[in-house]
Amino acid sequence: MAVLIDQDTRLLCQGMTGWAGTYHTERMIQYGTKVVAGVTPGKGGRTHLEAPVFDRVAEAKAATGANASIVFVPPANAGKAMLEAIEAEIPLVVVVTERVPVLDMVRVRAALVGSRTRLIGPNSQGILAPEICQIGVMATDRARRGPIGVASRSASLTSEVVSQLTGVGLGQSTTIGIGGDPVHGIGFTECLDLFFKDPQTEGVVLVGEIGGTEEQEAARYIRETGLKKPVVALVVGRAAPQQCRMGHAGALTAQASDDADSKIKALQDAGVVIAPSAHLVGATMSEAFAKRAA
Amino acid sequence: MQLHEFQAKDLLRRYQVDTPPGQIAVTPDEAAAAARQIGSDSLFVKAQILAGDRAAAGGVRAVRSPSGARAAAAELLGRNLATSQTGPAGYAVKRVLVEGAIAAAREFYLALRVDPAAGSIAVLAGPHQADMEQHLAAGAPGLQSLALDIAGKHKPGDLAEFGRRLGLTGEAAEQFGALVGRLHRAFVELDATLIEINPLILTASGGFVAADAKLAIDDNAMFRHPETAQLRSDEDIDQLQLQAQRHQINYVQMDGNIGIVVNGAGLGLATLDMVRAAGGAPANFMDIRTTAKSLDIAHGVGMILDNPRAKVLLVNVYGGGMQACDTVVDGLAIAFRRSGRVIPMVLRITGNNENFAHMRLANFNLPKTECADMGQAAARAVAIAQGRA
Repeated sequence: MAVLIDQDTRLLCQGMTGWAGTYHTERMIQYGTKVVAGVTPGKGGRTHLEAPVFDRVAEAKAATGANASIVFVPPANAGKAMLEAIEAEIPLVVVVTERVPVLDMVRVRAALVGSRTRLIGPNSQGILAPEICQIGVMATDRARRGPIGVASRSASLTSEVVSQLTGVGLGQSTTIGIGGDPVHGIGFTECLDLFFKDPQTEGVVLVGEIGGTEEQEAARYIRETGLKKPVVALVVGRAAPQQCRMGHAGALTAQASDDADSKIKALQDAGVVIAPSAHLVGATMSEAFAKRAA
Repeated sequence: MQLHEFQAKDLLRRYQVDTPPGQIAVTPDEAAAAARQIGSDSLFVKAQILAGDRAAAGGVRAVRSPSGARAAAAELLGRNLATSQTGPAGYAVKRVLVEGAIAAAREFYLALRVDPAAGSIAVLAGPHQADMEQHLAAGAPGLQSLALDIAGKHKPGDLAEFGRRLGLTGEAAEQFGALVGRLHRAFVELDATLIEINPLILTASGGFVAADAKLAIDDNAMFRHPETAQLRSDEDIDQLQLQAQRHQINYVQMDGNIGIVVNGAGLGLATLDMVRAAGGAPANFMDIRTTAKSLDIAHGVGMILDNPRAKVLLVNVYGGGMQACDTVVDGLAIAFRRSGRVIPMVLRITGNNENFAHMRLANFNLPKTECADMGQAAARAVAIAQGRA
């Protein structure tokens, strides 16, 4: 089975009636995702894309049994939309919105503590169980069902990696975009935990980049719990100019060892196989996978 | 968005943070007048640029008189100051801050920031050291940290206790705790991503004074702060970056000769890495956002064609759910037609609508090579740039 989503996932869309919400909801329905409701404050009572629209998430959940939500709400109100979904105890919330204020995400993280919600994103392409369920805005044409779990900080590189994996005959159990923002929902550590426990997933690809400590935390998790399945990682940004990595130039930014090389070293020390270049991720996984079988 | 020291201090004073008596000056005469008005025989003349580590680079001058302030300002104003954080060219000094010196009983480092891993606001503090910047780069051993609740639900006693962990006692620890509480409120209300006070001075009379201040505001929260947005200085963002951002493109000029056209930040970073690994040098970083239309993309490509160093264009596109391949190809066509400049192109274009995009490309009357693999495409672009193909 895929992780977090399956054929029984019942999705509601927060911000479904807007342009982006409409476009992507149609794509998800075409892919086979069960979209059961939309939520747009002030538009309750209508029907959109054959689904009932509600004013509030809690109403939509009660009326339709929705167990997952995707948030297309613009940045100014995205934080509020997430808090509402958490309060309504939606088990899985996926946030596509880019440019959410970071302190709004701090508020959301505080609300997640002790809640029943798992959050993916923001600034995420979403989560995909190939040929079963799509919650997100990702390209789906090359994705195939199979044994590899993919967790990624980059939407564009996820498409690339999925295409390479399918090219070497390795389908995907689930692809998860953890999002490109500094403060976000689930991270690599939780993805690894899910993939290690999932019987259908037999190998994992992590797609990381410069900045933050997501990769180091993943390495620490693997060292502590053991490398249960082959893991291949790509870390990009070694040749990036300073301006790509520095949001601000306070002395504090220099504090974390967030460059590509220290991330690669941490992952290697934990037994992760590093893909030497972005165009060789499929080949690297194929080799690691063959060794596992041998 | 980064603010200058004087702007940061203006904002923090609204939160009852004490700062030394000071005035901004844009000419040497104004600096002398400011020194006279402050009336102290121990002053600093401080270059206002958007980078730290200024003192080590000679950007902070100690003077004893108005004539000393005039001379220091004359040396600083109108020149570029290069620090460990600016790059070799440095930033132009357009203003100086003239301040009275404050006698210190003790000096501290104090910062509030967002801790991404914990997802909370953290305060970080410890004794000030002469080479604080290097000390922080080395992982800042000896600094104490405390996570703060964003809703401000911490008890005042917790913050004073944090002060005692720094070796403060009695009234000083209480004062310190109250200061951290006010800075926390400033952090949340201003939508800051960083407040750094280095050094924070404890005076002989038991008060705390922010001798320096650094403040960065979240660009994504600027819609809540139109008044703060007015404070943005020209040097806060590179003009080329700003121009590109208006067209939904993240663009950073670099010093190589291979122009890069990519949609997506991760794929963009990966493309730079592949070019570098093949022995080449990128002319730019580019991330076309999913919201960019073909006219926006034409603008971004036009910026590369305007860069005389760019000898070849490497186009690496994965058409996704929101941006199809043909949108990018249309952008390329418009940019080349507008520019009139012809440089060879190497393209790896795949994903949504790729067949249609390749059909349109076939009509391009331009020197071009198409590759199915992006590693090959990068190697090919490097070969052309180096005159090997």
